[in-house]
Amino acid sequence: MSAASNPVITETRGVRVLLIALACLFLGVVLVLPLAVVVGEALAKGLGAWWAAIDEPNALAALRLTLTAAAIAVPANLVFGVCAAWAVAKFEFKGKQLLITLIDLPFAVSPVIAGLIYVLLFGAHGWFGPALAAHDLKVIFAVPGIVLATVFVTFPFVARELIPVMQAQGSDEEEVAATLGASGWQTFWRVTLPNIKWALLYGVILCNARAMGEFGAVSVVSGHIRGLTNTLPLHVEILYNEYNFVAAFATASLLMLLALITLVLKSLVEARAAAAARAAHKAREHNS
Amino acid sequence: MTKFRLALLSALTVAVSAHADVTLLNVSYDPTRELYAEYNAAFAKHWQAAGGEAITINQSHGGSGKQARAVIDGLEADVVTLGLAYDIDAIADKGGLLPKDWQKAHPYNSTPYTSTIVLLVRKGNPKGIKDWNDLTRDGVAVITPNPKTSGGARWNYLAAWAYGRETLGSDAAARDFVAKLFKNVAVLDTGARGATTTFAERGIGDVLITWENEAYLAQKELGADAFEIVTPSLSILAEPPVAVVDKVAGKHGTLQAAQAYIDYLYSKEGQEIAARNFYRPRDPEVAAKYAARFKDTRLVTVDEAFGGWARAHAEHFADGALFDQIFDGR
Amino acid sequence: MSSQAQGGALPPLSRDWFRGRAWRDHFRRDSALPGFGLTLGVSLFYLSLVVLVPLSATFLKSFAFGWETFWQAATAPRVLASYRVSFGCALLAALVNLGFGLLVAWVLVRYRFPGRRVLDALVDLPFALPTAVAGIALTALYAPKGWLGSHAAALGWKIAFTPVGIVIALVFIGLPFVVRTVQPVLETLEPALEEAAATLGASRLTTFRRVLLPALLPALLTGFAMAFARGLGEYGSVIFIAGNMPMVSEVAPLLIITKLEQYDYTGATAIAVTLLVVSFVMLLAINLLQAWTRRAGERR
Repeated sequence: MSAASNPVITETRGVRVLLIALACLFLGVVLVLPLAVVVGEALAKGLGAWWAAIDEPNALAALRLTLTAAAIAVPANLVFGVCAAWAVAKFEFKGKQLLITLIDLPFAVSPVIAGLIYVLLFGAHGWFGPALAAHDLKVIFAVPGIVLATVFVTFPFVARELIPVMQAQGSDEEEVAATLGASGWQTFWRVTLPNIKWALLYGVILCNARAMGEFGAVSVVSGHIRGLTNTLPLHVEILYNEYNFVAAFATASLLMLLALITLVLKSLVEARAAAAARAAHKAREHNS
Repeated sequence: MTKFRLALLSALTVAVSAHADVTLLNVSYDPTRELYAEYNAAFAKHWQAAGGEAITINQSHGGSGKQARAVIDGLEADVVTLGLAYDIDAIADKGGLLPKDWQKAHPYNSTPYTSTIVLLVRKGNPKGIKDWNDLTRDGVAVITPNPKTSGGARWNYLAAWAYGRETLGSDAAARDFVAKLFKNVAVLDTGARGATTTFAERGIGDVLITWENEAYLAQKELGADAFEIVTPSLSILAEPPVAVVDKVAGKHGTLQAAQAYIDYLYSKEGQEIAARNFYRPRDPEVAAKYAARFKDTRLVTVDEAFGGWARAHAEHFADGALFDQIFDGR
Repeated sequence: MSSQAQGGALPPLSRDWFRGRAWRDHFRRDSALPGFGLTLGVSLFYLSLVVLVPLSATFLKSFAFGWETFWQAATAPRVLASYRVSFGCALLAALVNLGFGLLVAWVLVRYRFPGRRVLDALVDLPFALPTAVAGIALTALYAPKGWLGSHAAALGWKIAFTPVGIVIALVFIGLPFVVRTVQPVLETLEPALEEAAATLGASRLTTFRRVLLPALLPALLTGFAMAFARGLGEYGSVIFIAGNMPMVSEVAPLLIITKLEQYDYTGATAIAVTLLVVSFVMLLAINLLQAWTRRAGERR
């Protein structure tokens, strides 16, 4: 990066070291230490105990449910995110800021409320409760409710990631494609998608990480039935409440591991994206 | 979109077709995890030995009020085993899922086991806590969960109140006594288990007010030589009730199994399991066998001391009632 | 500046987390492209299905018993005290994140040092870690017997089970919002401006104050607002570390749960609606501000 190497606009070595130290100290206290606690407690009784906590029917059932919920929530939000970003970035219309704010809203809604709203809708005394009961369909306290709550809390991630990128890229290329007679789908697949694929991937990765980790909203609609409607984060809470701290932290560390894997993937994605952008930049300079 | 709908649909079908064998769902409160883990295995064996089909018992645990609300909102419990009668009353009143006189369905007010409220102190009892009045002394830090969110904490509060009224002579004096006690509360957790963790693991507070069974469990799980149990001179007879949720069990076709599940709690083996898990058994023989474990002390019931749960709730725990007044006046 | 030139100078990275830059960027009004009806239709349908209908259910529920009841439930003394705790702690945490988030973003973008990539990846962790786990870990850390708490206790400080604990939990929850908003903007800033300022004899600090800060302000504001809104509603991590004393360290979302335990749906939804409206108005204001600055930038 040019700014980092330009002596005129960079700080003296002392200031640099100080700022880096300060940032590291802050991140250390706020992020790294809590992580260390989780890992430390998880391995307090050795790797054997760690594995025993995870290789256990209820934990595996919880893991399966967590992955299922993410597997439904992420694609759903992916499709929505692409549609919303296309509408917002490529067209000018009234109420756009309102739409964007509404897309943001689930970030700001308390997880407790996110669960509550589905109870008010689908609970036995909710709006659709009697109709569901008449057909013997279960939404809350069953898998669909957990999926819905997960969808809600991860709702903005993909859209929020794509909108700025697509706005920044403008529509010039798509317009050219349209002028040349490409259909809407062709334009999207051939022109837009290659331009946004890294942003899309990053959005999906974050969305997935959040989907697997959601606790508050899912807790309200889960019913906490062991082996049936417990997700991994809820399983952690159960173990913790049974004074089984090692197992609780072991399960938590599994979630952390899943998160870290996705975050490492993200770093790789970013590195590739940066490389791709540099290559494109070079190619452009070469052409001009 | 279609993918989402398809997935949702398939998830719905899975949820619907999950009842193949006989499956019971027991929705319970927090402190019974260990009890029902042992009891469910014993009951399944008994049920099959008596000629029943293979039976699976699913468990759900959580705060008593939260669990009752989940059942009202549609969590399909065949059996509820909660922390206080008020919560099953709510299922009957607001959910209409079982008759209002459910408490008459089984012996002893439908409470097959009881417990009481005790004081858990650190080894050697450094603050010299012997009874409730020691909890109002300056410099004694008390841990109890919040009566608004924890069923167990309501028993704690009422036990302290009963003691205050007994020793000081009036409800007004009892109110001041309880207010003084709650001034010493350092952390107000949302549930009984959270409070125990705060006291035992985080090292906060000098005394934990808790169920007798939870106190024994904490000793067993978190170190027998770290804590001592102090039984106060007067406490409350905590009666955690059980009930078959008729409407749900009827719909599932599990009435018979659910009924047997509750009945077996009163059997010798059921009572033994309860006693082993630190609940006071109702059966006199079993009670005699475990008498050493459960200290004799004066126990009052909610019915005789507070006129039943409905009244106790309205006077003490409803919004703006005595408990709120104690805190708002701080 | 055109999007082309910008894309050329620096890659439009996927890191752009609610980035401010794009909001300022022009984009053309155009109707040459197809799919407006389809994409907006799908977006609105899905938005309604997942967000709007469920949220309106909450609104209707809270007003079902009339304005009077709603107002009473939303403004009871205990509830007001919980707003004070929630708003105060969320504000404080967002302010901490504003400062340190900027610092972290700055260090991650401008400097190269060993471990930078690892730290960069870690910033997203609060998004992914279940809030309850975060709460338990932070409590274990800051309780009087904990690794950090014991040192604090030696100094006579109490962190866990006081409002300070709440602030720490909310700092943890809100950090990525600020860092991920500021980072991309910082990356795309043209060095030319800073160089010019330096050539004109401005000190580094002056350049930062006069040149960099104004450019970063919209992004900082967005990050601040998101962190604040998120902190307002946080429950899972807070209850473990808060102590939950009424009037002192009881947060509003806990009161929602408390009301629910007593089957008081009206009271619960009244508090929920209050929190929701505040969050919504703040986010809308920030988004409008962004749109406004972008248009102002275009006119220039």
